[in-house]
Amino acid sequence: MEAQLQELKTQALERIAEASTVKELNDVRVAYLGKKGPITDLLKGMGKLPAEERPKMGALVNVVREEVTTQLEGRMVILEEEAINQKLQSETIDITLPGRPVKTGNSHPLTRVVEEIEDLFISMGYEVAEGPEVEKDYYNFEALNLPKGHPARDMQDSFYITEDILLRTHTSPVQARTMEAKGGEPIKIICPGKVYRRDSDDATHSHQFTQIEGLVIGEDIRMSDLKGTLSVFAKKMFGDDREIRLRPSFFPFTEPSVEMDISCFKCGGSGCNVCKKTGWIEILGAGMVHPNVLEMAGYDSKRLTGFAFGMGPERIAMLKYGVEDIRHFYTNDVRFLSQFQRTEL
Amino acid sequence: MLVSINWLKDYVNTQQLPPAELGEKITRSGIEVDAVIDRSHGMTNIVVGYVESCVKHPEADKLSICQVNVGEETTQIICGAPNIAAGQKVIVARPGAKLPGDIKIKKAKLRGEESNGMICSLQELGIEGKLVPKAYAEGIYVLPEDAETGSDVLTNFDLDDTVLELGLTPNRADAMSMLGVAYEVGAILSEEVKLPKISYPEASDTAASMLTLNVDAPEANPLYVAKVVRNIKVQESPMWLQQRLMAAGVRPHNNVVDVTNYILMEYGQPLHAFDYDALGSGNITVRHAKEGEMITTLDDAERKLSGHHLVITNGEKPVAIAGVMGGANSEVSETTTTVVIESAYFASGSVRQTSKDHGLRSDASSRYEKGVDPNRVIPAAERAAQLLSELAGGEVLAGSVVFDELNKEERIVKVSPDFINSRLGMKISFEDMWDILNRLKFNTEAANGQLVISVPTRRQDIQIPEDVVEEIARLYGYDEIPATLPEAETTPGGLTPYQAKRRIVRNLMEGAGLLQATTYSLTSEKSAKQFALEETETTRLLMPMSEERSILRQSLLPHLLESVTYNTARRMDSVALYETGSVFLKGDDELLNEQEHLAVAMTGLWLDNSWQGEKKPVDFFVLKGIVESLGNKLGVQLTFERGQMDDLHPGRTAFIMLDGQRIGVMGQLHPSEQKARDLKTTIVMELNLAALLNLETEALLYTPVPRYPSISRDIALVLSKIVEAATIETVIRNAGGKLLKDVRVFDLYEGDKMEEGKKSVAFSLTYFDPEKTLTDEEVINAHEKVLAALTEVGAELRS
Repeated sequence: MEAQLQELKTQALERIAEASTVKELNDVRVAYLGKKGPITDLLKGMGKLPAEERPKMGALVNVVREEVTTQLEGRMVILEEEAINQKLQSETIDITLPGRPVKTGNSHPLTRVVEEIEDLFISMGYEVAEGPEVEKDYYNFEALNLPKGHPARDMQDSFYITEDILLRTHTSPVQARTMEAKGGEPIKIICPGKVYRRDSDDATHSHQFTQIEGLVIGEDIRMSDLKGTLSVFAKKMFGDDREIRLRPSFFPFTEPSVEMDISCFKCGGSGCNVCKKTGWIEILGAGMVHPNVLEMAGYDSKRLTGFAFGMGPERIAMLKYGVEDIRHFYTNDVRFLSQFQRTEL
Repeated sequence: MLVSINWLKDYVNTQQLPPAELGEKITRSGIEVDAVIDRSHGMTNIVVGYVESCVKHPEADKLSICQVNVGEETTQIICGAPNIAAGQKVIVARPGAKLPGDIKIKKAKLRGEESNGMICSLQELGIEGKLVPKAYAEGIYVLPEDAETGSDVLTNFDLDDTVLELGLTPNRADAMSMLGVAYEVGAILSEEVKLPKISYPEASDTAASMLTLNVDAPEANPLYVAKVVRNIKVQESPMWLQQRLMAAGVRPHNNVVDVTNYILMEYGQPLHAFDYDALGSGNITVRHAKEGEMITTLDDAERKLSGHHLVITNGEKPVAIAGVMGGANSEVSETTTTVVIESAYFASGSVRQTSKDHGLRSDASSRYEKGVDPNRVIPAAERAAQLLSELAGGEVLAGSVVFDELNKEERIVKVSPDFINSRLGMKISFEDMWDILNRLKFNTEAANGQLVISVPTRRQDIQIPEDVVEEIARLYGYDEIPATLPEAETTPGGLTPYQAKRRIVRNLMEGAGLLQATTYSLTSEKSAKQFALEETETTRLLMPMSEERSILRQSLLPHLLESVTYNTARRMDSVALYETGSVFLKGDDELLNEQEHLAVAMTGLWLDNSWQGEKKPVDFFVLKGIVESLGNKLGVQLTFERGQMDDLHPGRTAFIMLDGQRIGVMGQLHPSEQKARDLKTTIVMELNLAALLNLETEALLYTPVPRYPSISRDIALVLSKIVEAATIETVIRNAGGKLLKDVRVFDLYEGDKMEEGKKSVAFSLTYFDPEKTLTDEEVINAHEKVLAALTEVGAELRS
């Protein structure tokens, strides 16, 4: 019986080794270890043995059964893993196929520029002020030291609705309105918005465009404060290594008046197409608020002074992104708009 | 203003600075130099030639064969100009010469005849055609007889010159003259200014013996000076004068006209020359025109005058429009022998109005408009007398005929050095300020710690202390200004809730897949009111540039749809755009009611994942979902009501409601509108964004996360097709009691398995009790009530 047992064990182990699938191995388990299997049969036949041999045989059967079981389970782990691997293999996908598109829109490039400027000045303590696009002549011109008859306010250049109402030609009336509303108190605002001039639309002109202007009024506001503020703006907007230079200029609402150039962000100042070989790019106009403008809004120009600046987001966007035709901003070609998706941070 | 550097050197030492460097200095200190123009254009090998003989080319009618003495030899040159003739001194480009436009002159054969160079017109030397004297406009230029044969044309005739083109701001009228620019350059370089020395012989007869003067409008014309020059010979001006005028952008005519233009450029003072004999009266009277009075001006245009136009008359009829243009009846011609030179001060407002009324802007009127220097009116007249005496052989009658009520005093501006430094944030020394004011030739005294400045009358722009601040700063150098930040207390800054919410709306729209568009506010009559939410009058511009841009829009959608069509016409079939912007409605006061709107337009596919076989075209519900999420984001309850609007699909239009008020509309474009706009199915929405953003948003308080499970029951109902889902939802909600938490449509079936006129709508109902786990009995109870209510309204359960 002992020999029979060893024979059984050898056979079982052989069949375990031969089994190549989980199913085959399960068949082996049933065949040898099942209730009707030979090992169970052996245990059942123990009763026929002499009583003194029973414990010895019992132990032997158990050893064989355990060994078969251990081998079988070991084999099972391997076969199961193989089966899983096979399944995974069959589930392989072509990961180079395109992903499911997530529809994402984005801001208009001008909004992008305006918000960037807004956020920059907000971080410096400015509020954003807005006002009507259809404006009174008084706020658009007169309150800004452009009295009736001033050459810079020709009817030909502005869209008038009546003698006294027009589409604003700049966002400066928002400054005039804010000054009037603040009743002589300090101010720190920027004013973005749409403006209109009687220009024919072409690559560099648009009868509708955007402006963003800034105004600071307070005690002892100096021209050096204007220069410092614009320098921070230029560096944040166009890069830390930007330099600025101020050139004298003229605007009716500021005195002294300046135009600001920044060192070319493309060539760094050595001269290229963007800066027309000069190394400098004209970015904005600015100046110290003209005392007439302060007085007209009820400010004591002896006590409070201020500076103002203004720029065109179209020009900035054209420079920054290399856009060559201003009409792109108003045509809304999706092949243009969707290019302003990604961040530049 | 075009400034010839050679000419400028007559008045100020430019320290031999290269032109570009001089230009840069001028730009940096206040007057922008727009261009530095090299008049020589890199030309070489251009000499004076003497045409010894000139015969017709045997093979070509229009060509002449010339033997030209060019100094070192006499050589044959073929010339095509009609005005070539033997005995002329001409401009010759020798073989090897370079001309503007990268032209190189080589020996050549023209119809078999050798040609060793080219006889040049002024245009070929790079001078604009409109500046070339009329006599030479169609041919070669003929040099004066005394030009030295073989000598270099460029150096002898001032073409080796550089012109600075100044872009003048309106305040710097003083720089509209060579002398003004000389003062500016003198201030920049610390150089003195040399004024022209004026002296000429006078006849014994006086001007007053030939001419009388009446000024009837002293306000418009406070100063009038007339000089009389007789026995002049009207002819071509000398070369130097012609070249200077051409460099300044003025076309030479004859010596009399050229002298007046030369002085206009030199002094900035417009002059006018009348033919004395043509005046016919020996009188000049300045007065306002009679209403309807006529004059034919120098440009041969007949002009009707009004009472506010100032005219010069011969005592009877107008002979010039003051400060704007002379009359044809008194024009100087080749036969003129006696001229009256007018130098006057005309008030700027009067000239501006007159030149605008007649659409006439001239070098003269533009200077009067900005204000001429009161102290140059008389010197300019004297200078003219001198030049006419020198260049036209004229005999100047003694003295002038003068009307003078003009205040020529210098303005006094007082400013303290502290004021200047505090405005600039600088520490410029008193000495430096004093030096700058001296360089500007501003007579300055120091009194009680103040600078007391007498501002020369040429600088009309210096009026208040701040103007002096700018003068000091610009000549001290803007680069010297330090960079500081305002020292005032810091303010928090930020967006208003309205502005912040507008950004949230934009982010939401973009997150939903829409691109932000920007369209024009001005539109056509036809588009102005299409899709408008309110019925109000339109607003029209007084002087539109075109009908397409003549009216202020009352809705965003028409232009947004134009943008959609623009894209689909270029094969971009799927387009989803949004815009925020103002519409303009008639308001209560004189200003308009500007209302910020949000609009969306979408067409084509909403979802396109072709390799997985998923394609979802845009439809009403795609956009409705976006509007619903907008409401959720802003914390407002938006509802939808079936509606109708022109150009929208009658069965697929909804009004967007907020608290019972209609604040927007959405729907599918009407098929005929789609066709008119060349669009396929297009879904649009427009709403009054301001109404949403102006609402105060409630504080956000969290609701406890459920601790007990909820239980769902689904029911499918057979309904008449005309019954709306929202009606049934209301019935369910009303009957479900407080345990019914949510009702949601999860299926709609309208297929052919349904009876005619019926549809099946399936709802999922969620029951929930925040206090405890629901029992079956409680759910059954509540659900039974719902079913009963549904039966009551005729909704049958689908089996």
